[in-house]
Formats: sequence, C-alpha cells, structure tokens
Amino acid sequence: MDLNIIWFGLIGVLLAGYAILDGFDLGVGALHLLTKTDSERRIALNSIGPVWDGNEVWLVTGGGALFAAFPDVYATVFSGFYTAFMLLLFVLIFRAVAIEFRSKQESARWRRAWDTAFSVSSIVIALLMGVALGNIIVGIPLNSSKEFAGSFLSLLNPYSILVGITTVALFMMHGSIYLALKTEGDLQAKVRSWINNTIIFFAICFVTTTMTTLVYYPSMAAHFKEYPALFLIAILTMLAIANIPREIHKGREFRAFLSSSSSIALLLLLFAIGIFPNIVASVPNPENSLTVYNAASSQKTLMIMLIVAIIGMPFVVAYTYIIHKVYKGKVKLDETSY
Amino acid sequence: MDTELLSRIQFAFTIAFHYIYPPLSIGLGVLLVIMEGMYIKTGQKIYENITRFWIKIFSLIFAMGVATGIVMEFEFGTNWATYSRFVGDVFGSALAAEGVFAFFLESGFLAILVFGWKKVSPKMHFFSTIMVSFGSMLSAVWIVVANSWQQTPAGYHLQNNNGILRAEITDFWAMVFNPSSIDRLLHTLSGAWLAGAFLVISVSAYYILKNKHIDFGKKSLKIGLALAVFASLFQLFTGHQSASGISVTQPAKLAAFEGHFDTKPAPLYLFGWVNENEQKVNFGVAIPGMLSYLVYGDMQKPITGLNEFKPEDRPPVNIVFQSYHMMVAIGFLLIALSLVSLILLKNERLFRTGFMLKILVFSVLLPQAANQLGWISAEVGRQPWIVYNLLRTKDAFSKSVTSGEVLFSLILFTLIYALLFVLFLFLLDRKIKHGPEYTGDDNSVYSEQKSIFEKQ
Ligand code: HDD
Ligand code: HEM
Ligand code: HEM
Repeated sequence: MDLNIIWFGLIGVLLAGYAILDGFDLGVGALHLLTKTDSERRIALNSIGPVWDGNEVWLVTGGGALFAAFPDVYATVFSGFYTAFMLLLFVLIFRAVAIEFRSKQESARWRRAWDTAFSVSSIVIALLMGVALGNIIVGIPLNSSKEFAGSFLSLLNPYSILVGITTVALFMMHGSIYLALKTEGDLQAKVRSWINNTIIFFAICFVTTTMTTLVYYPSMAAHFKEYPALFLIAILTMLAIANIPREIHKGREFRAFLSSSSSIALLLLLFAIGIFPNIVASVPNPENSLTVYNAASSQKTLMIMLIVAIIGMPFVVAYTYIIHKVYKGKVKLDETSY
Repeated sequence: MDTELLSRIQFAFTIAFHYIYPPLSIGLGVLLVIMEGMYIKTGQKIYENITRFWIKIFSLIFAMGVATGIVMEFEFGTNWATYSRFVGDVFGSALAAEGVFAFFLESGFLAILVFGWKKVSPKMHFFSTIMVSFGSMLSAVWIVVANSWQQTPAGYHLQNNNGILRAEITDFWAMVFNPSSIDRLLHTLSGAWLAGAFLVISVSAYYILKNKHIDFGKKSLKIGLALAVFASLFQLFTGHQSASGISVTQPAKLAAFEGHFDTKPAPLYLFGWVNENEQKVNFGVAIPGMLSYLVYGDMQKPITGLNEFKPEDRPPVNIVFQSYHMMVAIGFLLIALSLVSLILLKNERLFRTGFMLKILVFSVLLPQAANQLGWISAEVGRQPWIVYNLLRTKDAFSKSVTSGEVLFSLILFTLIYALLFVLFLFLLDRKIKHGPEYTGDDNSVYSEQKSIFEKQ
C-alpha cells in the first residue's frame, strides 16, 4: 500500500465521517417541515443544535484534504462543477444562518420562513451531493489539460439525479432514527411512524440505483469480478441495511442508528472500490482520467499530511465523542437552546 | 467583463465579507476568556451576566463566520483552478491542517460554550471557552501562513507534473515560517483583538450613555479597554515589523504604499494623492527621509522605487497608497482613543464624559475599517502576482468557467450577502437593545452548578 492509496482511503474516511454525521442532521432538516408546532420544531432543531457545526467541519476538512492530497481533482471538479458548487454554497449558507436566526425572533412568520429555508436547503444539499457522486460514477468529459469540457446541464443526467434522490432518502432514514433517539412522548411516536416510511423510501431507491448501476455502469463491479473476496463487503452492506428495520422493529433505536451509520460507510466503500484507481474518470477519453497517481501531490506532501492526520485525528475523534456524550439523551429545552 | 476580472471581484467581495466576522470572533473569544475567568475567580454574579451576554453575541457572529467561511474554502477550486493546481502541494496542507487542528477544536467546544452553561461544571465550561478562543486563533495561524506563503514563497521548488509546472514542498517548516508569516500573523491577530475590544467598548459605552445596565457597562468597558490599550500599541509595533519586512521581500509593494517612484531617500507621507502618470504625489504632506529612517535607521539611505520594476510588474499605486495610509491613520487614532479613555478612567471621569462615550460608541467601526484596508493594501499591493514572482493573477483563474457563470454567482452572492448583512445587523441591534439578562436571585447558576459538580 502506498501513500496515494492511503490518502484515497483517508479522504474516503473524512467523507464517510461527513456523510454519517452531517447525514443525520441533514436528514433531520429534510423532515423538519413534518413537525407542526413551534415546540416540536424547536426540539427537532435542538436535537442537532450543538453538533451540526462540528459535523459540517468534516466537509470543510474533507475539502481541504482533497485540495492538499489531490489538487488536480480539487481544481478540476470544483471548477468543472462551478454552477453546481455555487448552488451548494448558497444552500449551505442559508442552512447555517437559518439554524442560527430562527430562534432570534418570536414572530410566527419569521420562524416559518427560516423553517422552510432550513428544510429546503437540507434537502438540496443532500441531493447535490448525490448528484456529484452520480456524475463521478458516470464519468465526465475531460480534455487533455484535465479541464472539464462539459456543461452544467450535462451534469443533470437521469442516473445522477437518481443517486441524488437515493442520498436524500438515505439521510432521511438516518435522520429519522436519530430524531427518535432524541425525542420522547408524542413527538417520538410521530417520528417512529416516519422511520417506517423513510426505510421503505430508501429501500426502493437503493434497489433501483443498484440495478441501474449494474446494468449501465458495469465497470463499477469490475474489481468485484477480479477479487471475489470483495463480495463480502457487498454482502455486509446488504446485511447492515436489512438490520435497520429489524432493530427498529425490536425498538432498539440506538442499534438501528449504528446500523444505518455502517450502511452509509459501507456504501461509500463500495463506491470507492468501484471507481478505484480513478478518482474522476474521463468519458469519452479515458486517457485523461484523474487517478490516485496522476492527480496527487508529491510524496513528501502526502507524508507530511499523513503525520498531520495521525496527530490530529485522535483529537478530532475525542472532541466528537465528548460532545456527543455531553449532549446524549433526550432534548431538553432551556434558555440557551435555539 | 472577463472571467479573470469577475473572479477577482467575487473573491475580493466574498473574502472581505467573511473578514467582517472572524476578527470579531477572535477578539471576543479572548475577552470571553477574561470575563469568564473573572467570574470563576470572584464568583460574582455580574461577571456571569457579562459572560453570558457576550456569549450570545459571539454565537451570532460565529454563525456568520462559518457560513461565509465555507465559501472561501471552495472558491480556490471553483474560481482559481490553475492557481489551485500550482499551489496545492504547498498550500493545501496548511488548509487541511486548519481543518484538522483548528476548526474541529473550535466547533466542538463551541457546542459547550454556547449550549452547555447548565450541562457541565463551571471549570469544564471555562475550559471550553479557552479552547474556542485558542481554536479561533489557530485557524488564523494556518490561513495566514498560507497567505503569507503566496506573498513570500519559501521552502518549495518548481516541478513539472505531467506537463504542468507546480510548486512542491521541499521544507515544511521553511514553508510555515516563510519570511512574512510571523509578522503578518501577529499583526492580523492583534487587529482581530482590536475588533473584539472595540465592539465590547462600543456596546458598553452605549449602555452607560443610555443610563441602562450601568454596572454591566462599566465592568465590560474596562475589560475591553484593557485589551484595546495593549493591542493598539502592539499593532503599531507589528505593523512596523511588517513594513520593514516587505522592504526586503516585496520592495515594489513598499514603494507603492508610499507612492515612491525613483530610487532615492524616501519621505513618509501623512496623506496625499498619487498621480501615476506624472509619477508624483499631489497634495501630500510628508516627513522628509522618514521612510528611509524607519526602514534602515538612516534618513539618507535610498529606498527602491517603482521605476526599478517593469510596468507590467507594478501594483496599482494609488489604491494601495490610500488604503495603507488610512489603515495607519486609524492605527494612530485607536492608540489615541485607547490612551485618552484610559487616562479619563484613571481620573474617574470617563463615565461622566458624554462626548468621549459617544465617540466610543462609534469606535467599533474603526478596527473593522482598518482590517479591511490592511488586507486591501497587502493583497492589491501583491498584484500583478497571485503567488509573488511565480504566478500571475491573469494566468491563475479557472479555464473551464465562463464569465457568464461567474457573473451569475457574483450577482447571487451580492444579493444573499446583502440580505444576510441586513438581518445580521438587525439581530445584533435587537440583542444589544434587549441587553443582558439578570438571573436576579442569590441562587445563582454558579452555586447550582457547583453543587451539582460537588455531588458527583
Ligand atoms: C490564503 C489565501 C488568502 C487569504 C487568507 C486572503 N486572501 Fe485575499 N486573495 C487571495 C488569497 C487570500 C487570492 C486567492 O490569492 C487572491 C485572488 C486573486 C488574487 O490576486 O489573489 C486574493 C485577492 C484579494 C483581493 C483582490 C486583489 C485584486 O484582485 O486586486 C482583495 C481585496 C483581498 N484578497 C482581500 C483579502 C481580505 C480582506 C482578506 C482577509 C481575510 C484576504 N484577502 C485573505
Ligand atoms: C481565503 C481564506 C480563508 C478561507 C479559505 C477560510 C475558510 C474558513 C471556513 C471554511 C470556515 C468555517 C469553519 C467551520 O465550519 O467551522 C471559516 C471560519 C473562520 N475563519 Fe476563515 N477562511 C479564510 C480567511 C480567514 C482569515 C484571514 C482568518 C483570520 C485571520 C479567518 C479566521 C476564521 C475563523 C476564526 C473562523 C471561525 C468562525 C468565526 O470565528 O467567525 N479566516 N473560515
Ligand atoms: C499603526 C500603524 C500600522 C502600521 C504601520 C501597519 C502596517 C502594515 C503593513 C506594512 C501591512 C502590509 C503587510 C504585508 O503586505 O505583508 C499591513 C497589513 C495589514 N494591517 Fe496594518 N498597520 C497599522 C495599523 C493597523 C490597524 C490598526 C489594523 C486593524 C485594526 C491593521 C490591520 C491590518 C491587516 C488586517 C493587514 C493585512 C494582513 C497582513 O498583511 O498582515 N493595521 N499593516
């Protein structure tokens, strides 16, 4: 295993951390408008109140690490998907301020407006992330100087939109399970009924996406043919997903949450195995593809960054653990809440 | 307009907007540590009220900083792809280190700072405050290091990577401690402390003037003023260090700061208007030989003038002349304001001098302006280079992005930021008008928390 592969893996870890952690708060956001009264909405919002910012830092750090480890990918994808990224930025901005601003005024109109902003932006963020992943699977046109040669509209192909919707469904399921852990009484009963629906929604999307991928993008499965042992991962993924309704049925929400977290990580792992060694495949000119080798920083930089990661990540894990420990249990509103 | 120009406008606009908030967070963070420290030490209720009021303001400012910061991180890739390819090997590690070391620390402990007053012991809360403050300064460290590297590159070599030339690290520590890092870091941090200090001073002075929250106002003002006195003097010192640094590393920039065209002993202008065609400074008032003296300690020594550089290697002169001189003027004004307030305070007259209090209410704008002007001087003074002497700004933008796309995003940013700014001011105003909350009775949270803590 060389440094390039390690960094491909570490960026995957950062993105998985992001998808698991911000995934639940995006999911809570996506479901936000289903709660009706102000106090229910406050509980929902405060369930992610202390953690959403830290969750988003996984994205920020993932972006920084991509810049450092694979500058060509960072440059090509971010400039190539320009308009899509700008839309993503706008919704990220709106989401952050919606969470902060909502509680600052009593007026019902004020709150309704920010509730809508919060929920819509959460959905759009999940959708755009999924569309980006979808396009990576499809491959994008790159010219010989590794610049994107397509258009914004070409990014909105049906397959990518399907992956986008699947991502929304996944986060909704993940978020509803999280919310069940954080709520009690009537609200919790309501949330439990959503969980069943989100699981069904996700299951439908997941099966459709998987079949479409296998039929239209068989290259995603090439490594699995080569190394049948990898099928274990695919099977594990299925088991993790299947375990979610089982745990919910038994009323063990925390385990269900662990299961959906593992499903997210495993799905990303399957994705990573599928695209490797490309990070961005060039279609139709495969010789222009960006791989873990031709798009990477120098070995020296990768080594420095590895040291940074080895020193830094234990701290990150420790903070994440401490914060979730301090705020574990049901949401209780007090005067510092949103 | 072309993609390059639009991208420059967009970058300048978005970073300038971002830079309204971080200095306030960094400055206020330091003050929160002092305020809460006094609360922990004295156990006095008033310091609890002070701390909790400023935490609320802090969280609003912080949210704006986060929302606008994410834009910056993405913009290198979206708008400056060629630049990103060129610097990624060097610069990316600083940006990633910022995420790993600083942002996680900040955002993690922020959760306790803002929501944890009753959930954790006072000591743990205080610890979180210190960590948030420390984290916000760490994020300044890494981003200023990255920016300083592009001002004064060091610790790298140029390497051909699949047909594209790029900078690669040869010496990590030489990159981190490049010739301008330390000077600029200290200057930026101290500018941020001033921003926080004058925010606290301004709001406190407002309460005293309005005859509301008097005790609160007086105590807050004193804490803010202590930092202001120190930071305003320190700012002069670090600014001078920066100026003598750039006389060596970026002589074209220093010459532009002073509108100095021919290589000869240089005066120090107090103000003036540069006529770039005639190569002279109109309406100027200057101290002869003073710049030479400040840089070399010798009024007769010549300073490199702009004519030593090819026209295409010179920055726009008048803009940086003006921004630089305004920053310095504000610097001296802040020193004067801090010292006069201190003297009045010592004579127990400050809180009765309405005129001075009124000035202090408006003083909050000064460090904000100086911070913006400082960055304009530093960044426009670096032009036409995006990485000094290595890569030109005109070569650095994203080739695959059309001007129409940038125009679209620029318009949207303008609209959204205008909206956010209005809402931010509105909410800030409401919070300030609402004032601190007093948890009146003796049964203070402190003793409550303490008893919870001791029982465990
Ligand atoms: C680490 C990098 C970095 C950091 C910390 C900053 N900048 Fe910068 N700035 C750039 C990296 C950069 C850049 C990407 O290199 C730009 C884009 C175009 C250019 O020439 O440099 C730039 C341009 C640029 C311009 C336009 C100059 C021109 O095009 O003539 C202004 C006015 C500022 N910046 C202002 C700021 C402010 C107010 C900052 C305070 C936070 C700041 N910069 C921090
Ligand atoms: C172009 C350069 C910059 C980039 C790419 C950038 C990036 C970011 C990002 C991504 C965040 C949000 C982090 C989060 O989610 O918690 C942020 C916030 C912050 N940034 Fe910037 N930033 C830049 C310039 C600066 C400068 C020059 C400073 C200080 C001197 C600074 C100080 C901070 C601080 C203290 C925060 C925390 C939020 C706050 O306190 O308001 N940034 N920045
Ligand atoms: C008191 C007199 C001052 C002097 C002599 C001074 C000097 C300087 C110099 C020479 C630079 C350019 C550094 C470079 O390009 O490498 C600079 C930049 C800057 N100044 Fe000042 N300054 C003063 C006051 C202030 C004040 C009061 C503030 C804000 C409160 C401020 C904020 C900044 C900032 C944010 C920058 C850009 C960052 C940097 O390059 O360090 N300055 N200053």
